[in-house]
Amino acid sequence: MLAYIIRRIFVLIPTLLGVSILVFLMLHLTPGDPAELLMGERASEEALQEIREHLGLNKPLYEQYGLFLKQLMQGDLGETIWTRQKVWIEVKQRFPATIELSIVALFISCFAGMILGIISATKQYSIFDYLSMLGALVGVSMPIFWLGLVFMLIFALNLGWLPMSGRLTVGVELETITNLYILDAIITRNWAALRDALWHIIMPAVTLSTIPTAIVARMTRSAMLEVLRQDYIKTAKAKGLSQFIVIFKHALRNALIPVVTTIGLQFGVLLGGAILTETIFAWPGVGKWMYDAVMQRDYMVIRSGTLFIATIFVLINLCVDVLYAVINPRISVK
Amino acid sequence: MKSWNRFKNSYLLYSFKRDPVAILSFCVLSILVIISILAPVITPYNTYDSATFDIMDAETPPAWMEGGSKSFLLGTDIQGRDLLSTMIYGLRVSLLIGVGAVLFQALVGILVGLLSGYLGGKLDALLMRIADIQFSIPYLIVAIFTSAIFKLAFGVGRYAELAVPLLIIIIGMSEWPKYARTVRASVLGEKNKEYVEAARVIGISRWHIMYRHVLPNTLTPVLVISTIQVAEAVMSEAALSFLGLGMPITKPSLGSLIRAGFEYIFSGSWWITFFPGALLVIFILVILLLGDWLRDVLNPKLYKG
Repeated sequence: MLAYIIRRIFVLIPTLLGVSILVFLMLHLTPGDPAELLMGERASEEALQEIREHLGLNKPLYEQYGLFLKQLMQGDLGETIWTRQKVWIEVKQRFPATIELSIVALFISCFAGMILGIISATKQYSIFDYLSMLGALVGVSMPIFWLGLVFMLIFALNLGWLPMSGRLTVGVELETITNLYILDAIITRNWAALRDALWHIIMPAVTLSTIPTAIVARMTRSAMLEVLRQDYIKTAKAKGLSQFIVIFKHALRNALIPVVTTIGLQFGVLLGGAILTETIFAWPGVGKWMYDAVMQRDYMVIRSGTLFIATIFVLINLCVDVLYAVINPRISVK
Repeated sequence: MKSWNRFKNSYLLYSFKRDPVAILSFCVLSILVIISILAPVITPYNTYDSATFDIMDAETPPAWMEGGSKSFLLGTDIQGRDLLSTMIYGLRVSLLIGVGAVLFQALVGILVGLLSGYLGGKLDALLMRIADIQFSIPYLIVAIFTSAIFKLAFGVGRYAELAVPLLIIIIGMSEWPKYARTVRASVLGEKNKEYVEAARVIGISRWHIMYRHVLPNTLTPVLVISTIQVAEAVMSEAALSFLGLGMPITKPSLGSLIRAGFEYIFSGSWWITFFPGALLVIFILVILLLGDWLRDVLNPKLYKG
């Protein structure tokens, strides 16, 4: 088991190096002067010279990459182009917001997706099955930014039930420790802030969870159907066990293996979707930050954001693989 | 004629005729495709010609609402363009980019997969490593990153002019590994079969075997993923356009229409965002339904079991 984990970590290193090379080279592979790309066509010659000096764009490529890598190793993601702020500080502030949103969305999609999938599988070809699978298909075909807007239109603008955007209402006091507002509110026993934070997260989290919910539901259904057909389920039923125990204790555990992998893979969907969701709901996370960077043409932020999200994604995939090996010991033997 | 007869007796057509969902989605998809191809002929207004619309008509609500006008069935957008016509043109752009991007990624992916699977060795290791690396970043992030750099490199004006080919390349580049892996897997399965052995024994060249014998046998899974890939490419394009990295508002795709309407929902003009999005959902839904059906039919393991 340990050998498998170590082997997986070793595969990680060339992957991350590869990502860093790709991300680094993109600027240099595009035709034109990198300094001009960064500063825009109307930048003065002095400004161009200054940015070349500042970022070392005059040095040979391998030296630049070496420097870039060395900074990365020290956890330094460089500075933003326009405000010359440390990128790392910004990431540290914004990342908890993205994580909070993604975790709540993942939680919703696991819960809702698995329940839908289980009921559909046990009542195959019933009205409920057809409706929920149609719903799942519609969910997958829904562009989440559009769904978010429709939610906003209905629940915030027309009905006024939920707040439009942001993480907290202005004026609500909350002492931040982890920057995960829900967790902070629980730690400090600030129930008013907890209520407010939950109120704010519902719409973005539900929006973000649509596609994963649909995928988890479809996966759970097909995995459950496969398991329910097997002989040991028949045996369990013949023994006179209740439907509930057969489904949750006997069938679900074996059906979980493919579902866990699917759930792990959904994190990538969530991180990609976070940019869209955060943009709509003005959620101050890494995604919104990258969107703003795209608007302001801040290449350094776009690069760091991409690198950061890729790294997180790779690490999560590692965790999923390890978890998978724990659930299914046959994997690590191969 | 012979191939028509073969098609008429095929399992594909047989199962198509027995599946009402497949028939319905095929009809809807055909209608949408035909409408978008014929856009210049059937739309009441030419939305690319700024002389045909008037800013005074901006934000007219749909015809059945108060203040709506009979000449604009679904209302107008912020520039006073007829929304229905603009949507049809938008669908055309989305479709063009979606299909183009899938062709591009299939071309790159099939080539890489074929070379990688058939030749093996170091080339295989290198190509698959690159595919793995790209797979380790969510594809939307790859697309956003590439298009942001292209936008820097070309400047906003030229990017808008070249948006269609650029988006085809960007979306194509961010999704090719899927094809490469699929093709490689089936090439590895085919490579050791007897017919390949036989072809080699009678002295046919490697390239010839690869293209004439192995490639056709790997195309079924390619066909299956292609339907889903078109849906995904259209979605990616919409997402990029929504983030301001795609089609400009003068030649909008469905995504850029949603984006344009986004800022106006607060003033009550919900239709600018709502209808293009609904059209997008229907379009993607029918493609996915057809894709599901096709997968069930072409995957013999599923229909036997």
